[in-house]
Amino acid sequence: MELTERVLQGDRRALARLISLAEDSEPGAKEDMAVIHSRTGRAHVIGVTGPPGAGKSTLIDRLAKSYRLLNKKIGIIAIDPSSPFTGGAILGDRIRMSELSTDPGVFIRSMGTRGHLGGLSCATADAIRILDAFGMDKVIVETVGAGQSEVEIASHAHTTILVEMPGLGDDIQTIKAGIMEIGDIFVVNKADRQGADRTEAELRAMLDLSDANPPWKPPILKTVASSNEGITELRDTIESHYGYLMQSGELGKLNRDRAKAELLHIMRNSVADSIQAGPNSRFEKAVDMVLARKTDPYSAAEKLLADYCTNAEKAQPFRAKMNRHKQ
Amino acid sequence: MAGRKIRVLIAKPGLDGHDRGAKIVARALRDAGMEVIYTGLHQTPEQIAETAIQEDVDIVGLSCLSGAHMTLFPKVMDLLRERGAGDIIVTGGGIIPEEDVPLLKKAGIAAIFGPGTPLEEIIEFHRKAAGK
Repeated sequence: MELTERVLQGDRRALARLISLAEDSEPGAKEDMAVIHSRTGRAHVIGVTGPPGAGKSTLIDRLAKSYRLLNKKIGIIAIDPSSPFTGGAILGDRIRMSELSTDPGVFIRSMGTRGHLGGLSCATADAIRILDAFGMDKVIVETVGAGQSEVEIASHAHTTILVEMPGLGDDIQTIKAGIMEIGDIFVVNKADRQGADRTEAELRAMLDLSDANPPWKPPILKTVASSNEGITELRDTIESHYGYLMQSGELGKLNRDRAKAELLHIMRNSVADSIQAGPNSRFEKAVDMVLARKTDPYSAAEKLLADYCTNAEKAQPFRAKMNRHKQ
Repeated sequence: MAGRKIRVLIAKPGLDGHDRGAKIVARALRDAGMEVIYTGLHQTPEQIAETAIQEDVDIVGLSCLSGAHMTLFPKVMDLLRERGAGDIIVTGGGIIPEEDVPLLKKAGIAAIFGPGTPLEEIIEFHRKAAGK
């Protein structure tokens, strides 16, 4: 039986395998994703981001358990950084989710970033799709410990939760651009620690500075994930956000933006890849010309793109490459 | 970044709390370019087998210093086989008496790395076993 078919029939081993194929960009993975894509669109994607040590993994563990009480099926993608030097990684988010491992309604997958910046891994979008097609009601994505500009999660998730904790910087941090702008819900975790009220007040002040009457005003919740405090409220708030997205028509808009961004991303990559792999090492020659100061990068790129466009036959190296793999 | 990565699960089954060895091996495999899923202490064989499947690992490394290896290691092996994942390679490390090694190998444990095993040997084994 085909791997994708086994996935769609609920085979967990096949599900795990397919995520690996997508992650390793194995030949045939694109065809598999084509089958999978047609079966997606049901899952609510929840992104959880925030600095390292804020308690994202523990919060997700408790949140998933809370959703299990409602009999929701949960997919979790937990991302940790890969070494920029060796490509290796220690993926340790599962340490906080041990009890979920044996729940048949939960599937957890750890991923290394593998050189991808932005807080996610290169195959996160595919992994979300596969879990969606598998029938998960909620797909929760935990980003790497994020600093200020790891905001990519917002273009993959329907609901983005920014997890903060007391004692990290003053209120100037809250008005900086970047990660503070992407939260649909703010969580002050470890709220039993000193300074939680202040952190909450600073976040509130930041939110009050923005648009007076936004259609969705990001709520701020206090949680102590380790002792399960505030988790039910968080779950209910996530659900009201999802309800808002559906009623307001924002969900359709988000999905459209996401499809657009992904399409652009794939096109950019495949155009760049095929120009780089193009005939007569035209690309390498262009690099030489730029280095020798005989041309500039903008003109060289324009020339390469023009050649690429006029040469219709060679403009389909992507197909050709896939066929090569098959042989 | 394309290419097949070697994925390894390093797990501590049972009740012992000594994970220094497991962490050293995890770190060495990381530095050898592998993706190492580390699940922490006190895992049941069921949790380990299920994690190995979900993470689609090539190899599971079990570390045990409590003396319960003769029960725990084969149990993980059996659970993997039961779930159609008997092809995942299982290795063991920790304080394992010489006379237990042949019995564990008979139960399907591919290799035992006792104290003092050079890290290079462990890395080399993983590379060969994963065939990537």
